[in-house]
Amino acid sequence: MEWRDEGVLLSMRTHGESAAIIEVFTAAHGRHSGVVRGGASRKVAPILQPGAQLAVEWRARLDDHIGTYTVEPLRSRAGVLGDRLALAGLNAVCALIHVALPEREPHAALWQATVGLLDALQSVPDWPADYLRWEMRLLEELGFGLDLTRCAVTGARDGLDFVSPRTGRAVSRAGAGDWADRLFPLPACLMGQGPADPRQMAEGLAITGHFLNRELAPVLGGRPLPEARARLIDLLARL
Amino acid sequence: MADAARDIEDLIELMSRLPGLGPRSARRAVLSLLKKRGPLMAPLAQAMAHVALTARDCATCGNIGTEDTCPICADPARATGEICVVEDVADLWAMERTAMFKGRYHVLGGTLSALDAVGPDELRIPQLVRRVAAEGVREVILALNATVDGQTTAHYIADALGGTGAKVTTLAQGVPIGGELDYLDDGTIGAALRARRSV
Repeated sequence: MEWRDEGVLLSMRTHGESAAIIEVFTAAHGRHSGVVRGGASRKVAPILQPGAQLAVEWRARLDDHIGTYTVEPLRSRAGVLGDRLALAGLNAVCALIHVALPEREPHAALWQATVGLLDALQSVPDWPADYLRWEMRLLEELGFGLDLTRCAVTGARDGLDFVSPRTGRAVSRAGAGDWADRLFPLPACLMGQGPADPRQMAEGLAITGHFLNRELAPVLGGRPLPEARARLIDLLARL
Repeated sequence: MADAARDIEDLIELMSRLPGLGPRSARRAVLSLLKKRGPLMAPLAQAMAHVALTARDCATCGNIGTEDTCPICADPARATGEICVVEDVADLWAMERTAMFKGRYHVLGGTLSALDAVGPDELRIPQLVRRVAAEGVREVILALNATVDGQTTAHYIADALGGTGAKVTTLAQGVPIGGELDYLDDGTIGAALRARRSV
């Protein structure tokens, strides 16, 4: 078995004295682990940092073996190391992909979105809004995309102010009626409208967090979402 | 005779667990020790037995020593109001080799890691915060690795020390001595550019 692909490194841990086991989110092969011989060496270890974009070649005798990777760096994301918020964003992305996606299942659209977001961390000041949309894309990939196109009660396309915590569908003020206080407020930035101020970001992340928690409950086994996401939310709240 | 051979095999097996040694190199090392039983093996065994009994973590900084307080923490000349935070004892030794830092240390015992579920309480971060407040520390130097986990930990500690009034600094990042720009990755060159200074 052998293939070549491009991927974003999610994690690296040493294996024995000189090898490393890396987990890469690849374009065509999804989240995929493998051994890098000499991966813990002084020469290779600096390349194997979370968020780094790599050209990888995977080889194994059988498909269900862990296999070995040979890696070549394409893009380092070392630029985020000095920026605490961007670094928290990178950690949250890597941790969520690690927790949420099943192994060896391709998610090409999410891969594109992930690369775009990681690039934005270093260059786009308003990247937290991109991060929020990335979490929505992650929910879509998990099979639970939010439906914010029309009111679940009245069918109206305008005046959508809430999201149902049960169905993930938008609800208008008229449709919400007396139930409004049990629904999530729907921030405009979640629909791609207007800038994402800290309050809207918090509201948006509360919605995506609720559905991620619910959808990932069997995987998380009673544990909360990754600490890295909580740290990002904490830093965003302090802006 | 068979027992003696088994003892030596056991010794080889134990030696092979050391970093840098495999079964083959452990066999060579043990053979070398056996040939120098008097001048090397016996003193080595005595020294190892002694250190195994006396070695302990410094209650203040986490350094390894043979007393409850390590020689650096016990030295009043090193109470300069500066604490250098390192990930591991090996990093402390590396800093000491430079002979440039005259303050005291704090060994974290690792770095924060979201995927390995290593949080602040698994490290010695709460002890650091208490220590900075109690010892009236003026500057905390974060000498952590320039990796994602190392810098995540550095930012976390900087936040945690926010209310103490201590100045928090990190080691510079950029072109290593003897390094050539052509061989450096773009992130390192970018960091060096941001940290440029007048000459």
